[in-house]
Amino acid sequence: MNLLTAFRDSTRAAPLIERIRRRDTGPVSLMEFCGGHTVAIFRGGIRTVMPEHVRMLSGPGCPVCVTSNADLDRAIALAKTPNVVLTTYGDMLKVPGSRESLAQIKALGTPVEIVYSTIDALRLAQNYPDKQIVFFAIGFETTAPAAAAAVIQARNWGLRNFSMCSVMKLTIPGAQALLRMGEVKVNGILGPGHVSSIIGAEAWRFLPEEHGVPVVISGFETLDILAAIDALLAMIEGGKADLINEYRRIVKPEGNRKAWNTVRNVFDVVSSSWRGFGEIPASGLRLRREWEEFDADKRFEITVYPSDEHPACRCGEVLRGVLEAPDCTVFGTACTPEHPLGPCMVSSEGSCAAYYHFHQSARLRINNSKRS
Amino acid sequence: MRHTHILLAHGSGGSMMHDLIRELFLPAFDNPLLQQSNDQAVFDPQTKRLAFTTDSYVVQPLFFPGGCIGDLAVHGTINDLAVGGAVPIGLSAGFIIEEGLEVEILQRIVDAMKLAADNAGVPIVTGDTKVVERGACDKLFINTSGIGVIADGVNIDGANARDGDVVLLSGCIGEHGVAVMSERKGIRFSTPVVTDSKALHRLVQRMLDVCSDIHVMRDPTRGGVASTLNEIASQSGVGIEIDEASLPITPEVQGACDLLGLDPLYLANEGALIAIVPAVHSDALLAAMRETPEGVNARMIGTVLSDTPGLVRMRTGIGGTRIVNMLSGEILPRIC
Amino acid sequence: MCLAIPARILELRPDQMALVDIQGTQREISLMVLDGEASVGEYVLLHVGYAIEKIDEDEALRTLEMFDSMSMLDELSSPDRDGEEEKAT
Repeated sequence: MNLLTAFRDSTRAAPLIERIRRRDTGPVSLMEFCGGHTVAIFRGGIRTVMPEHVRMLSGPGCPVCVTSNADLDRAIALAKTPNVVLTTYGDMLKVPGSRESLAQIKALGTPVEIVYSTIDALRLAQNYPDKQIVFFAIGFETTAPAAAAAVIQARNWGLRNFSMCSVMKLTIPGAQALLRMGEVKVNGILGPGHVSSIIGAEAWRFLPEEHGVPVVISGFETLDILAAIDALLAMIEGGKADLINEYRRIVKPEGNRKAWNTVRNVFDVVSSSWRGFGEIPASGLRLRREWEEFDADKRFEITVYPSDEHPACRCGEVLRGVLEAPDCTVFGTACTPEHPLGPCMVSSEGSCAAYYHFHQSARLRINNSKRS
Repeated sequence: MRHTHILLAHGSGGSMMHDLIRELFLPAFDNPLLQQSNDQAVFDPQTKRLAFTTDSYVVQPLFFPGGCIGDLAVHGTINDLAVGGAVPIGLSAGFIIEEGLEVEILQRIVDAMKLAADNAGVPIVTGDTKVVERGACDKLFINTSGIGVIADGVNIDGANARDGDVVLLSGCIGEHGVAVMSERKGIRFSTPVVTDSKALHRLVQRMLDVCSDIHVMRDPTRGGVASTLNEIASQSGVGIEIDEASLPITPEVQGACDLLGLDPLYLANEGALIAIVPAVHSDALLAAMRETPEGVNARMIGTVLSDTPGLVRMRTGIGGTRIVNMLSGEILPRIC
Repeated sequence: MCLAIPARILELRPDQMALVDIQGTQREISLMVLDGEASVGEYVLLHVGYAIEKIDEDEALRTLEMFDSMSMLDELSSPDRDGEEEKAT
C-alpha cells in the first residue's frame, strides 16, 4: 500500500461526500486550527463540495501569520547585524515587517538563507565558522522538536557560531484564547493532525469537556479531511460532543513523549504576542537558561524601532475567524501576494493566500471589482 | 586550444578569439552558412511568412540530469518556433563567457549543442562570443535566436482559443523543474528525474499533418502549465477548466513536489507542449501524437469555456473546484 | 509548515540519522526525536528533516476500510491504537 496515494484515492471520496451532504445538522460552522488544513481544504476543492449549510472557518493555525510584526522586525534587525547570516524556513521570506521584508533586504545584499531543515542551518554553521548563523525559529508544536534537536546538536558539536531566535508558539493556548473571546460561534473543530502527533490526541479533550465542542483530530489528505468532517457532522447531528482521532495511524493518545520532553528540556513556556490576539500567557517557547548561550536575543544587541502594522491590514480579524478574507476591503486590490500588507496573503498557509490562489468566487469578486 | 581557461583576450576580437572560434565553435557547428565566415547568414525562404524568436539561457547549474545549458538553448528556441507552426531553418548562438571558465566545460556544452542541433536537423548558422571579467556573469550565458518558415494556412495564435475547444498536453510535467532543482539541492532519486528537454518541431509537423486547424500552441516553460494556460485564457478572453486526474505526473516528480511543498503545475517544462484544438480533432491528434517519441504520454487535460473569461480552474480529484492562478513570485530562480 | 509526509527507512546511519525514500526521492534525515526504535522498511512521518512519528500501517489500512464502512462514527469511537476506549461524554 502506498501510504500517501492511498489517502488521496478520489474513488473513495464520493461516499464520504454523499454522507456529509445527508447529515441533518442545520447551519453549522467548523473551524480548523492548522495552516496545513487550510491549504488542503482549498487546494482539494473540499469547500466547493460541502453542502450550503456547512461553513468552513480558518483559525490561527498558520505560524507565520500569527508571528507579530515586532518579532519579525527583530529577526530583520538580527539579519542586518554584521557577520550574521539569518536562516529561516521559506515561508517567512516575503512577509512584510513594519518597514521591509526579509526578501527585500536579501535582494539588497543582506545574507538571508532559506533552509528546509534546522540541520541545514547547523551545517552552514559548521561550514562557515567565521559567520554567525542565526536560525529564526517559527512554528507550532510540530516544528518545535526540530528546533530543540538543533540546539542540542549545536552543543554536541561545540558550535560557537550558531544561535536561535525563537518565536515558536503553542496551538492550544491560541485555540483557548479564540474560544474564550467568543467572537465566533464554532460548532465543531478539525484538530491539527501533526501538532497532535507531538502533544497527543488527549490534549484536545478539553474542547468537548469544557466547551461542549466536538473535535476530530484529522490527517491532511483529502480522504482524512472528508472523513473527519463527516464525523464532526455526525456528532453534531447526534447532539454529542466528543474527541475522535481520525489520524490514528500517526497520532497516539499521549503523542510523542520523547519529542515533547526534548522540547521542554530546551525551551521554557512563556507569554507570547500573537498577531490578532495580543499577549497570550504560556503560549510561546523561549530557550531555557541553561541553553542561553544559543539564544540570539541574548547574544546580539540589536536596535529595533517601534513596530506597527499596516493601517489597512486586517490579518488579526482573519486569524480570529471573524473576517473572511474576501470580505476584507483590501483583499486582492491593495493587498496581493506580490504586494502583501500582512502575512495572511503571502504565507503559504495563510487564509487570504488560500482564498486568492484557489477560491473561484473570491477571484471573480476581485476581477469584477477591477472592472468597475 | 592551448589554453585550459577562457581569458578576456578570447573575447577581444583578435587572434585569440579567432582561435577560439576556429578550434572550438566552428568544428562543432560546421555547416555551409557558418563556413562562409560572414557577419551574417543569408537565407532565401520560399514562404511568405517567417517566424523569429529569441531566448537567453542563464540556467544554474550549467549541467543537470539529462542535459545542460547548451541543449536547452537549442531545444528551447526551436520549440518557440515550432509552437508557432514554423519549420525552424536556422539558429544563432551568442555566448557571454565569464573569464576563467574552463575550456573543457565550454567544449562539453558546445558539443551538446552540436548534438542537439544535428539531431533536430536545425543548423546554427551565426554566432557571437564575448568574454567578461570574473564576476560580471555567472560562468556562461547563452542567447539563441531562431528563424522558421510558416506554411500558408497555418494560423496559430494565443488569442484563437474558442469555447468548446479542448486542451491537449503532449507529455509529463514538472520534470525539468525537478531535475534542475535536484541538482541544485543535491537531492538524490532512486530513479533519477531527468530533464524533459527535447525539440518538438517534428511533433508539431505531425500534428499539423493531421489537423490544419490547431488554434493555440505553447510550450509551458517558466511558470509551468498553470501560467501558460492563464496567458492563453487572458489572450483569448476565455475560461479554461482542466481535470486534475488527467494530468500526467510521474510518482517521482509528485514525490519531490510533496517533499518540498511544490505544485507541479508551476514547474518548468522543456519538452512538452500545450495545444488547444477544436474538440472534433482531439482523438485524431492524440493518436498521432502518441505515435511520436515526443508525444507518447499525450493527454487531453481540459476544455475551453465561455464563462469566467480569463480564469483557469481545475476540477479536483474529488469533484471539487479550485482556480489555478498565474505563478506569483518565483518558485525556482534561473531554471532555464 | 505542517508539511509532513510518509517516508520509508532505507538505511540506518550513525549519529541517529537515516536514509529514507519518499516516493523515489532519497533524503538523509534525523531520528533524534523519534519515540522508539526505527528499523529498515518501516514508515515514519518526515517533517523539516526529522522523523516525528512512526506510521502504523495496520491502522492505515483500518482507516481506509473505515472510509467505506457505513457506521464510521462507531468505528472511530472504538478502541484506538493503544487499545483504550475513547471516553464518551
